[in-house]
Amino acid sequence: MIALALPAATTGEGFVPPTTDELHLPDVLPWAADYGTGVGKQMILVLLSVVIIAWFFSKAAKKQALVPSKLQLVGEMGYGLVRDSIGKDIIGQRDFLKFVPLLFTVFFFVLVNNIYGAIPLIQLPSFSHPGSAYVLAGIIYVLWITIGIRKHGIGYFKMVVVPSGVPWPLLIILIPIEIISNFLVRPITHSLRLFATMMAGHLIVLLAGSGIEYLLVLQDNIFLQATSVLVLVGGVAMYMLEALIMVIQAYVFTLLTAIYIQGALADEH
Amino acid sequence: MDQIVILAAEGNPLLPNPWEILVTGAGFAVLLYIVIKYVAPAFEKIYTQRVEAIEGGLAKAETAQAEANAALEEYKQQLVDSRAEANRIREEARAEGAQILADLKEQAAAESARITAQAHVQIEAERQAATVALRAEVGTLAADLASRIVGESLADNALSSRVVDRFLADLEASDSAGATT
Repeated sequence: MIALALPAATTGEGFVPPTTDELHLPDVLPWAADYGTGVGKQMILVLLSVVIIAWFFSKAAKKQALVPSKLQLVGEMGYGLVRDSIGKDIIGQRDFLKFVPLLFTVFFFVLVNNIYGAIPLIQLPSFSHPGSAYVLAGIIYVLWITIGIRKHGIGYFKMVVVPSGVPWPLLIILIPIEIISNFLVRPITHSLRLFATMMAGHLIVLLAGSGIEYLLVLQDNIFLQATSVLVLVGGVAMYMLEALIMVIQAYVFTLLTAIYIQGALADEH
Repeated sequence: MDQIVILAAEGNPLLPNPWEILVTGAGFAVLLYIVIKYVAPAFEKIYTQRVEAIEGGLAKAETAQAEANAALEEYKQQLVDSRAEANRIREEARAEGAQILADLKEQAAAESARITAQAHVQIEAERQAATVALRAEVGTLAADLASRIVGESLADNALSSRVVDRFLADLEASDSAGATT
């Protein structure tokens, strides 16, 4: 699609940046169907991530040796990171253990699907497609509300939206704010944060690629062609940054999940 | 420009692909099931086992330490005992040695006394013999000498022996008189 867009650009009014549509390859099943009509690369990657995570951690935990092998050590470190530094520290000693599997799944599901974006040829963070981010944030949204209701009954909603110890005139302003921030904005920010960072990173790599192509291949001036090196350096730097962001976003997404669960379990607003 | 507007309208990046929602949701659910069912229990089991192993190991180490201390005490006690035993044996040996030495000394003294007495007896006997022999010989010599000087044979044994005896008695008397004076 880049190849289609760029010649048009050169004949017309210079460089036209790629659009988000160009992020999508045609679907795989049925082969080369339009994006969105069948099973696409992104869905295959999501399913692959399930297989990778399940396979890796099952293998790492299989022997259950007291003195761990390297593989088991890596598995334990991954599990321990989520269990202790996210689960135990945020949710607290009393309740954290039953949420560890959820946090663990969320973290590695997001992490592996993000890291896809940094692997050459795969190069597609699954959460750069909004549907994946929406559904994951949605599951967690439903989950923490359920936890809250099960813990506090239907009064949980009052607990969330009515801050204690506030004079009643302020409540007129505060209650709508709390409703919006907790029940409307929270799931949106939770999903969009992940989706937007992945999408942006993906787009930047694409942009750098097409910029290099434009300067190097489609220009005749040798000096203009040489400037493509600058784009390459910048593109690689952005790639590195994006790789960092992929890990950080997986951590942040899981951390927020833990914070929402903790908020639902907490006694006071 | 028309094309760009159409692209933007079609490609609203916030609109999800429903199939992706379905696949991601299903994938997440499957993974969550696997983690809840197998992965998390396995890792928790490893943790529990390790905690038990470490705590058990600590207890075992404490027992071993206590045993080692007891053994050390016992060893020290044995050392003290054996030192006392050694001292006792040494003392006994010393006493026994002294006893043996004393016995030997006594034996040696007795032996030497016996030898001395025997020597005395022998010397006395020899002196007696020598005295007797001398007495006889001196008598003969003196008689010979006298006969030679007097010119008269004093062959008569009885006479000569009387003379000699008288002479010797005189001699002894003068000797003892000399000794007393």
